[in-house]
Amino acid sequence: MRMPDASEILLQVEGVSLAFGGVKALRDVSLDIRKGEIRAIIGPNGAGKTSMLNVINGFYHPNRGAITFKGRTRAQMQPFEASRGGIARTFQNVALFKGMSALDNIMAGRTLKMRRGLLWQMLRFGPALAEEIEHRHRVEEIIDFLEIEPIRKVPVARLPYGLQKRVELGRALAMEPDLLLLDEPMAGMNLEEKKDMSRFILDVNDYYGTTIALIEHDMAVVMDLSHRVVVLDHGVKIADGTPDEVKKNQGVIDAYLGIAH
Amino acid sequence: MADGGSFDTFPKLLLRNAAQFGNRPAFRHKDLGIWQTWTWTEVAGIVRAYAAGLQRIGLQPGHTIAIVGSNRPKLYWTMMAAQALRAIPVPVYSDAVADELAYVLAHADVKFVAAQDQEQVDKILSVSDRVPHLRNIVYDEPRGLRDYDHSRLVAIHDVIEDGRAALAGNPALGEQIDEIIRQGEGSDISIILYTSGTTGASKGVMLSARGCIDAVTDTVRFDRLTENDVALAYLPLAWVGDHYLNYAQGLAAGFCMACPESGETVEQDLREIGPIFYFAPPRVFENMLTRVMIRMEDAAPIKRRMFDYFLGIARRHGESILTGKPVPVSGRLLYALGRLILYEPLKNVLGLSRVRVAYTAGEAIGPDLFAFYRSIGLNLKQLYGQTEAFLYVTCQPDGEIYSDTVGPAAPNVDIRIAESGEVQFRSPGMFVRYFKDQAKTAEALTPDGYVKTGDAGFFDEKTGHLKIIDRAKDVGRLADGTIFAPKYLENKLKFFPSIKEAVAFGDSREFVCAILNIDLTAVGSWAERNNIAYGSYQELAGHPQVYDLVTKSVEEVNRSLAEEKVMAGAQIRRFLILHKELDADDGELTRTQKVRRGFIAERYGPLITALYDGSHEADISTEVTFEDGRKGVIAARLKIRDMPAIGATEPLGRAA
Repeated sequence: MRMPDASEILLQVEGVSLAFGGVKALRDVSLDIRKGEIRAIIGPNGAGKTSMLNVINGFYHPNRGAITFKGRTRAQMQPFEASRGGIARTFQNVALFKGMSALDNIMAGRTLKMRRGLLWQMLRFGPALAEEIEHRHRVEEIIDFLEIEPIRKVPVARLPYGLQKRVELGRALAMEPDLLLLDEPMAGMNLEEKKDMSRFILDVNDYYGTTIALIEHDMAVVMDLSHRVVVLDHGVKIADGTPDEVKKNQGVIDAYLGIAH
Repeated sequence: MADGGSFDTFPKLLLRNAAQFGNRPAFRHKDLGIWQTWTWTEVAGIVRAYAAGLQRIGLQPGHTIAIVGSNRPKLYWTMMAAQALRAIPVPVYSDAVADELAYVLAHADVKFVAAQDQEQVDKILSVSDRVPHLRNIVYDEPRGLRDYDHSRLVAIHDVIEDGRAALAGNPALGEQIDEIIRQGEGSDISIILYTSGTTGASKGVMLSARGCIDAVTDTVRFDRLTENDVALAYLPLAWVGDHYLNYAQGLAAGFCMACPESGETVEQDLREIGPIFYFAPPRVFENMLTRVMIRMEDAAPIKRRMFDYFLGIARRHGESILTGKPVPVSGRLLYALGRLILYEPLKNVLGLSRVRVAYTAGEAIGPDLFAFYRSIGLNLKQLYGQTEAFLYVTCQPDGEIYSDTVGPAAPNVDIRIAESGEVQFRSPGMFVRYFKDQAKTAEALTPDGYVKTGDAGFFDEKTGHLKIIDRAKDVGRLADGTIFAPKYLENKLKFFPSIKEAVAFGDSREFVCAILNIDLTAVGSWAERNNIAYGSYQELAGHPQVYDLVTKSVEEVNRSLAEEKVMAGAQIRRFLILHKELDADDGELTRTQKVRRGFIAERYGPLITALYDGSHEADISTEVTFEDGRKGVIAARLKIRDMPAIGATEPLGRAA
């Protein structure tokens, strides 16, 4: 595995708190994501992992704290600004256009890269055509990369879950993101599908150099994949470090095995 | 129309093709969703540059170069470039596990390996300490290989470009390459093909250039293949069938070899390419039909009725129309309507619309299955062959097609049946010897120069065609002397859609028993229609209703056996359904998906004991290899069913 450049920080979260009414989802959490690394966010159910991802890509707006992405600090951002800024994500429950083919779903990931307007694209003529061919070429590279050639033209609703997850990863990759957020990429998969997905995540990181932040429940997977792991429990950061450091941390062991409070 | 003619090596044929059909497509490959095409002129240019590049990294005449991967133009070009330098290509099964790969690479003394991708490179590197002569690895797909040590690892693309640059800078080098091609002789070893290892360690079958070209020249003429044809090259590179049917026939006839996008897209690629020449083992034809039937079960009633009606018409008249026999006018009209409504659209869906010649071989094909494809107008024929013959021993000529024979001797092939019932032959393409194995070579040949096939067979009296019953050494006898041909029984069982594999036991025993595998697609769909819930293969296989379903099929087999005097005593008296699919990764099947009876008998010893000691349940725990190479243990308790004997079961077999 390639070690990321430790000096350059792509995303910095400082003292973020998030509350839904009385429920405090995140309490004064700070973490950083370095350029080129695979960063895992783990924790028991309800620890605030998905909230953290939602804060990072602007879906939730934190009550307190600041987020610095690519050197720009902001308190509030909309999801479309995040994706324009180079953050792509996949969802815990697959969020694809079910009736569309795998190819069209991934093409949809190119939307932000399309320069021609809707009218041109509907006409499929001249410069719009040339542009579409170029986008299709990039999409075909991703299809090749993820080894989903056989299902190119299959509507995603007909695909098994593991493949839908892979298509979703393909759509996120089509945005050529700087930061890729994966929300439980391996949930509900069997051992073989998990192995495949792990390999693709490593390959994406290696081949495209994409920085990846992921939430995952499967500890073995997390420890194998990630460069650094941050552990949340009840909205509080309880550990942060390399997989080995985190594994030995007493707070983490307690949070996972449970102790009498 | 072209054939091998007076050319005695493949590189010479390549140059002939470039001169004669320069602008015709030689190769197609679907890459990034688009079919790329190379003409014969382009391929000749690339192969010349590739040969120059390989020479510059040290490939010399007489060296062996292994080729590991699936059907990619660059891997076929590796064979051509190696042969141009009078080196010997050695294709290896791409799904071989590391141990098998290490054995072949070391045994063949390979100095170079051409690998498709990272997966294969990893495998080769993991065994490189067991391959003492290995120098360089060249690879096709660079993905994932960027951070590898490149001192011994080069991209094929770079080798070709390096060769091209060297050729441009030094005209003498081109002269030299051309001179090596000219010097190539028919007696040169053209290729070493390792057998799949049905019987022990694989052997390296050495084939001469002259022999290969003589053999394909005959069959190219026999099936009238031309430079306007196209074949989908999707069979394993290391198998004689791919080397013969695609590579050798392609070069001799000048037809286009289309390489699929990947192993999983073959069905779609077949439809897009629409090959003229098509080969598939019986199980592929069977899967195709099973899929069609499953989809028809779900179709609207009116469509289903139409489907059944026109298949009935096809059954009645299709074969006669295909072979040009007289058919009543009404039959012809109905068949023509059927073509319009059903047969042609169906063939189109399967990618078989343009097929002029289709072959199947390797296993016995079910009579119904065979008749189905022929009745809808697909010219499906059978051949019988083996690596030692460079494929063809027999093949069925147009118009003389029977599902239970493999046809008369192929052109210029001389067949005889030995005293023991073994089939022996001499043919133009027959092998020179096994690589580094004088003893095995001597074993495989008779003193007067015939090759022993190891198969038992006889010539059918009615048709004069050859019939193969089983491996000669597998034919045994029950304790009462009844002939026991396990393959014969297994094939009868496997013709039922719900049974995927069968292994019969009975040699020197009182009666015949069988271990069966259900077909997950067929039985799964049946279970769905009958509201039978199951969580896993194991659960489905052990379900009492599935046992009932399979019992009916076994009964059918016994009934048909009861009708044959010789076989009546070999009815299946007890059987069980195995809790896992037989798998090549566990050593239960060969890489060509044939059952390894001896190994299975050993591995499932407790089950066989239970089959013969009268118990109705048996426990088994077996080690299995998962797809990622890890090993685990699965345990199960299996039920055993008794079958009543049908008809008289006096030992009538002795007379045979």
